[in-house]
Amino acid sequence: MFYREAGQFKTNYAADMAVFPILQDKIGIAIILALALVVIPLVGNAFFLSVVMIPFLVFALASIGLNLLTGYTGLLSLGTAGFMGVGAFACYKLTTIFPEVNIIVWIFASGLFSAAVGVFFGLPSLRIKGFYLAVATLAAQFFLQWCFIRIPWLYNYNVSGAIEVPTRTLFGIPVTGPNASPEMRYYVVLGLVILLTWIASNLVHGRIGRSWMAVRDMDIAAELMGIKLLPTKLLAFAVSSFYCGVAGALMVFLWYGGAEPEVFSINQSFLILFMVIIGGLGSLIGSFFGAALIYILPIVLRGAPSLVGLDIGAATVEHLTFMIVGALIIVFLIVEPHGLARLWQTGKQKLRVWPFPY
Amino acid sequence: MDILYSIFIDPFVQMGSAPDLLVQTLWEGLVSGVLYALIALGFVLIFKASGVFNFAQGIMVVFAALTLVGLYEAGVPAILALILTIAVMFLLAVGVERLVLRPLVNQPDIILFMATFGLTYFLIGFGELVFGGNPKVMITDELYLPRGSVEFEMFGGFVSLQKIDITAAIIASVMVAALAVFFQKTRIGRALRAVADSHKAALSVGISLNQIWIIVWFTAGIVALATGIMWGARSEVSFALQIIALKALPVLILGGFTSVPGAIVGGLIIGVGEKLGEFYWGPLVGSGIESWLAYVIALGFLLFRPQGLFGERIIERI
Amino acid sequence: MRAPDMNAGVAAGDVLLAVENVSLRFGGVKAITDVSFDIRKGEIRAIIGPNGAGKTSMLNVINGFYHPQEGRITFKGKTRSRMRPHEAARQGIARTFQNVALFKGMTTLDNIMAGRTLKMKRGFFWQMLRHGPALAEEIEHRRVVEEIIDFLEIEAIRKVPVGRLPYGLQKRVELGRALAMEPDLLLLDEPMAGMNLEEKEDMCRFILDVNSQFGTTIALIEHDMGVVMDLSDRVVVLEYGRKIADGVPDEVKKNQAVIDAYLGVPH
Repeated sequence: MFYREAGQFKTNYAADMAVFPILQDKIGIAIILALALVVIPLVGNAFFLSVVMIPFLVFALASIGLNLLTGYTGLLSLGTAGFMGVGAFACYKLTTIFPEVNIIVWIFASGLFSAAVGVFFGLPSLRIKGFYLAVATLAAQFFLQWCFIRIPWLYNYNVSGAIEVPTRTLFGIPVTGPNASPEMRYYVVLGLVILLTWIASNLVHGRIGRSWMAVRDMDIAAELMGIKLLPTKLLAFAVSSFYCGVAGALMVFLWYGGAEPEVFSINQSFLILFMVIIGGLGSLIGSFFGAALIYILPIVLRGAPSLVGLDIGAATVEHLTFMIVGALIIVFLIVEPHGLARLWQTGKQKLRVWPFPY
Repeated sequence: MDILYSIFIDPFVQMGSAPDLLVQTLWEGLVSGVLYALIALGFVLIFKASGVFNFAQGIMVVFAALTLVGLYEAGVPAILALILTIAVMFLLAVGVERLVLRPLVNQPDIILFMATFGLTYFLIGFGELVFGGNPKVMITDELYLPRGSVEFEMFGGFVSLQKIDITAAIIASVMVAALAVFFQKTRIGRALRAVADSHKAALSVGISLNQIWIIVWFTAGIVALATGIMWGARSEVSFALQIIALKALPVLILGGFTSVPGAIVGGLIIGVGEKLGEFYWGPLVGSGIESWLAYVIALGFLLFRPQGLFGERIIERI
Repeated sequence: MRAPDMNAGVAAGDVLLAVENVSLRFGGVKAITDVSFDIRKGEIRAIIGPNGAGKTSMLNVINGFYHPQEGRITFKGKTRSRMRPHEAARQGIARTFQNVALFKGMTTLDNIMAGRTLKMKRGFFWQMLRHGPALAEEIEHRRVVEEIIDFLEIEAIRKVPVGRLPYGLQKRVELGRALAMEPDLLLLDEPMAGMNLEEKEDMCRFILDVNSQFGTTIALIEHDMGVVMDLSDRVVVLEYGRKIADGVPDEVKKNQAVIDAYLGVPH
């Protein structure tokens, strides 16, 4: 009844091509932004911000990165965590070598490093497709992780082999390091995620996004229409790795505050792949849904037994969490193989005709 | 110049000057190759017959070995435990068919692939819940598997071969031969190959997909159990094996996803290449290159032969 | 939609594309053996022949997807040896496919817009912002695409993902996508396969209109002889990878080799 587009006539192509062509969607996105920017920092406590919201946003960003590659361009990658690691270590090196430069600049720069590495490992995509390409990205994953462990220069020869994030400020307020307040960190992450999501949405709605999807859906036809395959795929690798790199830098600098190479293991890559698939391949909003479900669900599951008064050992809860997440993945795939994003669309469609069945 | 020397000349000088070490390294490589090949074999079986890229093969190996050891520790005699474990693998196959494959029939490959991810997670949680997360020792003696080693004198040095490795190699060859006969000569084998080519066409001539899937997953379960026993006897039974199982992927790339001999040859190449690389070239870059060398070998190989070792040249049609 | 550039160096009636002595092999299999023919500017040229005669392979050779072992291909006066498909597209060759090769996950609109990719110039920076020049360009091309949508009478399915469309409509969208490239030469691989009579008539109308309104040269493969004889200006007949006849429809119809190929010869 309230979600109807009847009566909203578009009189020019620009209005029809807008990302949110329906008025109600515009209002919806404004409400979400207001919630994220104003309500959550006001209401949420430090724990909620730094344990739930910041990680969720970081994972959402990494998922968008992987989604651009796997969901939009159809190139399966299992090296996400490796590319995130490149971002994190690049940011660490840059900011320790040039401490006076603003950290935000270095976060973007580390994304560029990650993009370069991504392009390099994307080169085989010219000849290799599907699962075969997944193995190529596994090579990236294991090689990069090995580098993080074996090249002491990357972590400034720390004895622990881990990196510790130094304090960096923005307008005189610390945003990284032990003194940064959760609110400040939250705002920086949120700002970057909003900006990068907007850019991703612009890209996928334009010529570049169409070329990506054309390569995904029918690469031969795409080439016969003048789309060069290699540059298109490499661009997808570059943009995707840029997003993952930035997500990795954010993860270490604004969430963990330090990291061991273990953080960027193959399991992290799988986790982000889950988020993308459960959220919905080829959907930006789905990346947020997927990140929310896969990241927040285990937190809830861990907290649930004590909430209802059950006394189960921590290890048992951990194992049960694994089982439940695994089972849920299968259930989700059976119920809706196109992910949460498709459920969302179906829901909107239902809302459009509500209260009538059709 | 020094660098070039130490990369291109020195390792070969070393190989020449200590041939016994070379033989030992080759043997080590072959042995780990056999185990990679066994895991890859499980992948190939399932991929051939259902088109599912079964990510859970690695965890199935762990799960099978854990069940066997867990049952024994619970007081079941070794041989009975072995039989019970086979029964458990059968139940697993039925469960997977009923709860995962059947509802997902006709979905794109990536969805089925993801479902096996879910299965992996589930089995990890389930295995740890039932048997605990600590590494266990394989019941080698109780299963009448030989221990100890045989030593050969060769090139003025000693080469030592573990008896269990020899057994593994023999069991692997017997299993591959049996599978080859099964695939080529039996009625079910023909049905399996038909299903691999086209689900719909196989259904239309009256082959029961469900039955075939159970058989295939059960066979893969048996292969997993054998792999688990061999692997467990060499090191220990733990979930770390799951990451090592990923090595089966480069093996598959070399051998092709659908070729049983390919899986074997690919496994041996990867095993040997990896050990040689680690032993002779590893020290140059600070060792540990075993973790990624296999993937890079496969990658380099793919660039020249995208269809794998035994695959036919692909002619794209439109 | 604008008519294609007439100053491409070829006037109407001249040879637009010449295939000379082309042979194509896959290992030991000879797909095409020593075939020569030409396509004149502005005509509708049909390629016919029994199954497996090498018709689709011929189209694949023309737009650079297969590389023939022997022979030359001259398009718009330029002779080429090896060419990638995207270069063929750049020179003005567009095509449709025997088994519809649409981008299934995209809407009708996006599919046809994808056909405009080559004509869009704005770089990564503007694409990132999707404002200013990039948006202006997008709107400009949208206008052209809407004309094609009008022309093919597919307004109603503009925003439907093509994977959900019935076969006949998919074929039409595919034609639209090829038209969006404003090609000089349009290759149609069995544009009417699997259609009912009504859909076939529609498709014939579109093909004739494309040819007469925009002056697009068309080469088509088709099995429906009635359609071929009605539509085409000249016909080339292939059998087992060899050319057995070439000429206007009436000539070809009476050619003994063609009759033998289609009806079989008593041995």
